Amino acid sequence: MDFIGAYSPIHLKFLFEGFLVTLEVAFISIVLSFAIGIVIGVLRYARIPVVAQVLTVGVETIRNLPLLLIIFFTYFALPEVGLKLDKLYAAILALVIFESAMLSEIVRSGLNSIEKGQIEAARASGLTYIQTMWHVILPQALRRMVPPIVSQFIALLKDTSLAVVIALPELMNHAQIINGRNVNYVIPIFLLVALMYFTVNYSLSLISKRLENK
Amino acid sequence: MLDFSIIVDYWDMYMQGFGHTVKASLLALLGSLLIGIVIAVFRIAPVRPLNWFGAAYVEFIRNIPLILVVFVFFFGFPALGVRLDSFTAGTLGLTVYTAAFIAEVIRAGILSVPKGQMEAARSSGLTYLQTMRYIILPQAIKIVIPPLGNQFINLVKNSSILGVIAGLDLMYFGDLISSETFVTFDVYIFVAMFYLVLTVPLSLGVGFLERRLARSR
Repeated sequence: MDFIGAYSPIHLKFLFEGFLVTLEVAFISIVLSFAIGIVIGVLRYARIPVVAQVLTVGVETIRNLPLLLIIFFTYFALPEVGLKLDKLYAAILALVIFESAMLSEIVRSGLNSIEKGQIEAARASGLTYIQTMWHVILPQALRRMVPPIVSQFIALLKDTSLAVVIALPELMNHAQIINGRNVNYVIPIFLLVALMYFTVNYSLSLISKRLENK
Repeated sequence: MLDFSIIVDYWDMYMQGFGHTVKASLLALLGSLLIGIVIAVFRIAPVRPLNWFGAAYVEFIRNIPLILVVFVFFFGFPALGVRLDSFTAGTLGLTVYTAAFIAEVIRAGILSVPKGQMEAARSSGLTYLQTMRYIILPQAIKIVIPPLGNQFINLVKNSSILGVIAGLDLMYFGDLISSETFVTFDVYIFVAMFYLVLTVPLSLGVGFLERRLARSR
């Protein structure tokens, strides 16, 4: 094991750059997934005929597939039907497809946790259905969704590492490039990379726990 | 339209991959149940150092990516002089990773049994182990089964990680078939179907158990 060689400034900088890509991809993906997740969650909650059923089948299918398969699919299979994406967009698309399904479930159970009486009361006081959702139900539900969304973001940060299979230049990819130079770097580099993921994710989980107790 | 002749021509390969996916998932489930129970007991046992060890294991593993755990077994162990084949390394990685999640599920199940039950059983003369065996665990198991089912579904999906290290699973054979047929789209749609054959019935089963448990409360 060669800790000094493994932790040379060039390597540290390279890992840090990889981690920035990890964070960037995770952040873009969670924002997009949340937006799509809200739409899907609300449509399913409102039980709009046909639309809700189609979405249910879609969400359940995606949730029951490995994310790795979806990443392979967006990068290797979509070009076959004429949609060629570069690594970054293929990774983001795959993560968004997978995470929107996950987040829509969080949104839906958040909405379901609001007592039905509130809808009835709001409607009886003259608000339309859309107004009721927007001003009464969603604001309360969103507050309850924060802790599970943070947990989902932690999962997403970890899952971004799967994009190593399409050589997206994120943290795991950069770690493997350094490991390829010298066998003695492998253990020190994995230790450091684990510590990087752990530090960020554990901090996030502490924040989530604090929010839950509020 | 999908080319179903691929699934016919390459049926044997798909089945080999499917078999390894099932095998890796079951082995990892067994292993992670064993480790998970031990870690859960460590976390609630009235011995401080064990609590710390259990908490450290769970928090560390849960906050790092699965692929990193698998890479440690596949690339890290050889660096220390221990060579593992890809299937073994992948299954061990899955086991160590899933154990952290299962430990949490089991701990939550045990803690969900009201404290008074332990006190009542102890004061009626049962030992700590007898109380666990006859009073706490039977009640905890009922609560634990649906979330354990969810962990198993995740495990089946996560076993696709074997494909990254050529672990002979569905993803690996999908890769192989697509490089032989020069078709990617259809090949991976079929791979997806094989995963769904495993995960959808499991999901439906877990959903059923969750609803039944909710009603019995």
